[in-house]
Amino acid sequence: MDGFKAAKGKVLVEGLVKTIQENKGYLSEIDGAIGDGDHGINMNKGFSLAWERMQDEDLGLEGALKTLGQTLLNDIGGSMGPLYGQFFRKMARSLKGKEEVDAAAFEAMLESAYGAIKELGEAKVGDKTLVDTLDPAIGAFKGAVESGKSFSVALDEMVAAAEKGKDSTFDLVAKIGRSARLGERSRGALDAGAVSCFLMLKSMSGSVQQLLGEE
Amino acid sequence: MQRIINNPDNVVPDMVQGFIKAHPDFIQPTGHERVLKYAKAPIEGKVGIVTGGGSGHKPAFVGYVGKNLVDAVAVGEIFSSPTAGAFYQAIKEADAGKGVAVLYGNYAGDVMNVKMAMEDAEDDGIEVKTVLANDDVPSAPKGDEAKRRGVAGEVLMWKVGGAKAAAGGSLEEVIAAAQKAINNTRSVGIGLAPCTIPSVGKPNFSIEPGKMEFGIGHHGEPGVKITELKSADEMAQMSLETILPDLPFESGDEVVVLVSGLGATPVMEEYIFFNKVEELLGEKGISIYRPYVGDYFTSLDMMGITLTVMKVDDELKGLIDADCYSMGMKQMKI
Repeated sequence: MDGFKAAKGKVLVEGLVKTIQENKGYLSEIDGAIGDGDHGINMNKGFSLAWERMQDEDLGLEGALKTLGQTLLNDIGGSMGPLYGQFFRKMARSLKGKEEVDAAAFEAMLESAYGAIKELGEAKVGDKTLVDTLDPAIGAFKGAVESGKSFSVALDEMVAAAEKGKDSTFDLVAKIGRSARLGERSRGALDAGAVSCFLMLKSMSGSVQQLLGEE
Repeated sequence: MQRIINNPDNVVPDMVQGFIKAHPDFIQPTGHERVLKYAKAPIEGKVGIVTGGGSGHKPAFVGYVGKNLVDAVAVGEIFSSPTAGAFYQAIKEADAGKGVAVLYGNYAGDVMNVKMAMEDAEDDGIEVKTVLANDDVPSAPKGDEAKRRGVAGEVLMWKVGGAKAAAGGSLEEVIAAAQKAINNTRSVGIGLAPCTIPSVGKPNFSIEPGKMEFGIGHHGEPGVKITELKSADEMAQMSLETILPDLPFESGDEVVVLVSGLGATPVMEEYIFFNKVEELLGEKGISIYRPYVGDYFTSLDMMGITLTVMKVDDELKGLIDADCYSMGMKQMKI
């Protein structure tokens, strides 16, 4: 069974923090087209603050995800604070007591995160939100695992589906959140949440691939 | 960007500190750095009134904390909802055992954070009910009112809800009065020049010189049409043509009118606009029970104006007339 030790999983969160820091300007620029242009700034603030709080702590994946989620929830606000806050808190909770993170545990983590998003918002696929990235990404991961593909291949397929889902938001009309107020005018731009969700899934995948290679 | 700020990322905490220092007679800090309260809150025997929202709308939201208005407020980043934790703390600060009314605007982030805060407060045994302001007519068509944004009508909702609570109303009565206020209220905004979020550093939308955007939102959400820049009188007419049929307001109605600048509008021009609003309402047989003209709910440094009209009955008239004291609204019988 391939997997990685949960105790080594803090690197996933470190990767997420770096990804958001590197894409701060890009995310705000995308958000500026149909939102108010602060997505990258707020995300960077939250992720950087979370990293400050955990960088010297001896944490595994569960603890690191929990700290990240708590920080986003308690210090960021907006709609991304609660959405991504609960996203990571629920991921952390799904790992409780697990020493090894295999494909099944990773899938449970993704499902828990998606459950948190569904509980808070009412977004469905096609509404031009992060759900357009997340839903197909999870579907692809599950499909690959079910058809007997390895953890690593399943991750590749997840990232490919996430990217396609993210790109699909370009032609969609926003149905929910601030950009929904634009109606037709929201077409022809990517959704910032869908992009940040893609970047994060891609980053997590890369970190897991590296850990799998080391095992 | 020419602004009077320090680190653009710290405009909210810097503002909050200044606000606390400027109003020590009626504003107090709390254990949460993004929650402020009325110095006398919680008030025994009174339903607590809470609001909150993104910063950049001065005097909203902190400016309505005070006597017979809001008891505690959650302060968000610029144009960004406060956290669930801040709303939760504000609810606790306002609670005197008679329940808490959270009166706020219809924005996705605020709705999510209030929902989470309410769950935590209910776990503590605090009864919480909410009213969501949705007075901005151009933000969604008639029939789809639940999707409309809350804008300057929130000020009248706080005035009414705050007065009802101060008069000893139960939580149900306070909620019913605030809901009636917002149900009877319609607003519209016009933008002439965009606003700039300090940490972004450049305007987040553009309005060409010589043009105006009709139906613009409080964060620069696009309006329903872009037209040539019109005269104040024509702006007043367009605004009323949008608002009046929507409720509808009819001949014989009495109304409260609230005209607010959007941040960079000379107050003088707000009076020029109001002058025509009063005249046009009079022609339609609608009389103004009480007008408010000034910067009541702004949008950073946006140039523009909003018009809010609330139809009043005897109950709303009594509540609108109640004395109040806050940074954004000071009212006494003279």
